[in-house]
Amino acid sequence: MYEGPIQDLVDELSRLPGIGPKSAQRLAFHIVKADPREARRLAEAIIQAKERVAFCRECGNVAEGDLCRICRDPGRDPTTLCVVEEPKDVVAMEKAGVLKGRYHVLGGAISPLDGIGPEDLRVKELLDRVEQDGVTEVIVATNPNLEGNATAMYVAALLKPAGIRVTRLASGLPVGGDLEYADEVTLGQALEGRREI
Amino acid sequence: MPLFKDQGIVVRQHKLGEADKIVTILTQGSGKIRAVAKGLRRTKSRFGARLEPFTHVSLLVHRGRGALDTVTQAEILSAHRTVREDLALLTAGEAMLEAVDRVAEEHERNVRLFLLLLSGLRVLDASPADPAAVAESFLLKLLSLSGFHPALTACAVCGNPAAALFSSGQGGAVCDGCAEHGAGPVAPEALSWLAGVARADLADAGGMTPPDAVRREARAMLYGFAEYHLERRMRTLPMLARTPLPAAVVP
Ligand SMILES: [Zn+2]
Ligand SMILES: [Zn+2]
Repeated sequence: MYEGPIQDLVDELSRLPGIGPKSAQRLAFHIVKADPREARRLAEAIIQAKERVAFCRECGNVAEGDLCRICRDPGRDPTTLCVVEEPKDVVAMEKAGVLKGRYHVLGGAISPLDGIGPEDLRVKELLDRVEQDGVTEVIVATNPNLEGNATAMYVAALLKPAGIRVTRLASGLPVGGDLEYADEVTLGQALEGRREI
Repeated sequence: MPLFKDQGIVVRQHKLGEADKIVTILTQGSGKIRAVAKGLRRTKSRFGARLEPFTHVSLLVHRGRGALDTVTQAEILSAHRTVREDLALLTAGEAMLEAVDRVAEEHERNVRLFLLLLSGLRVLDASPADPAAVAESFLLKLLSLSGFHPALTACAVCGNPAAALFSSGQGGAVCDGCAEHGAGPVAPEALSWLAGVARADLADAGGMTPPDAVRREARAMLYGFAEYHLERRMRTLPMLARTPLPAAVVP
């Protein structure tokens, strides 16, 4: 335990996700020893991000202002929605640069063990958008794990009866991987998601 | 035994650093273990989907010096894939996992608990009509195994069959004479449904659906009793309670 401001800084840092007490100490001492201008830039960046970044009222992505960059872009097709768990997934998809449609950020995934059900996610907002914007295809790009899968199934069951085309990102063999090391679940999914070449 | 072979069911995962995860596994021979799976967070992990929750795996584990072991190898015995494909099945399955995680002791062999979980997941994997009832039956069996079987057919204190009140703290149904402060009245139908579900095989638990009101009352009793004796709020139970019920089967 330290005293005064340094302990306050350690405490605040250790509240951040993925930062344990040891890392918090290391970061705190790095900041204290750093050039005052460097520390001020960090503090300023945190304040600016908190004050200027909000969430897009359409899609839930991070935005400067009411709408995010993608929802403001008239070139993006509003009838195709890509459903993701978190804003960082939008960034990952945008890096791939293949989606011509827009996004819908759910704000997480269904996880009964964490007490997170569909009503805790932006599912109702998704249904509203689908209805209002004449959406014809929804691409579900939730994570290929238990929670992401459950969320995808749930969203598909809600949208399919309305005649919406619901697709899911293919999951299966990683590029650069070896077939012989693949487990049967991964192989099974890869086989189900196969496509013509 | 620094390296041991066992079979187990993956109960849950926690992130560890950038690339690894800690996997909680209920093993057949060593009770609950918490083991590091190196590289599991990477897309190209050699474990692939082998350590996803619900998976029944055969394992090679390196026993660590502290609380954490390390998974060296894993092969799937059964993936229980159906359980992950439907929200009602998933919710029932996660309620089972959460209760098991709560009662299992680390490195303490509990074959009956392991077999109970395995049969619970097998029943869910066959898509029963009423997954929540299967989970509720499972919960009663798990409580029994752990020494907390609720009295449902007679007073928990004196054995009087005319027990029309319920008290988690006193051990279940109680009669007028024995009831302490905090015991509440309970419909006999709710008690007898719980007694039936407790007796039934897991596979049959879904086939005895009572009217909604009875079911709701039975649920409230069971969930309260479970949380009282497991000494913890169960995060899955509010979702389990919202699982849509199939139409009542009128005998
Ligand atoms: Zn937007
Ligand atoms: Zn009595």
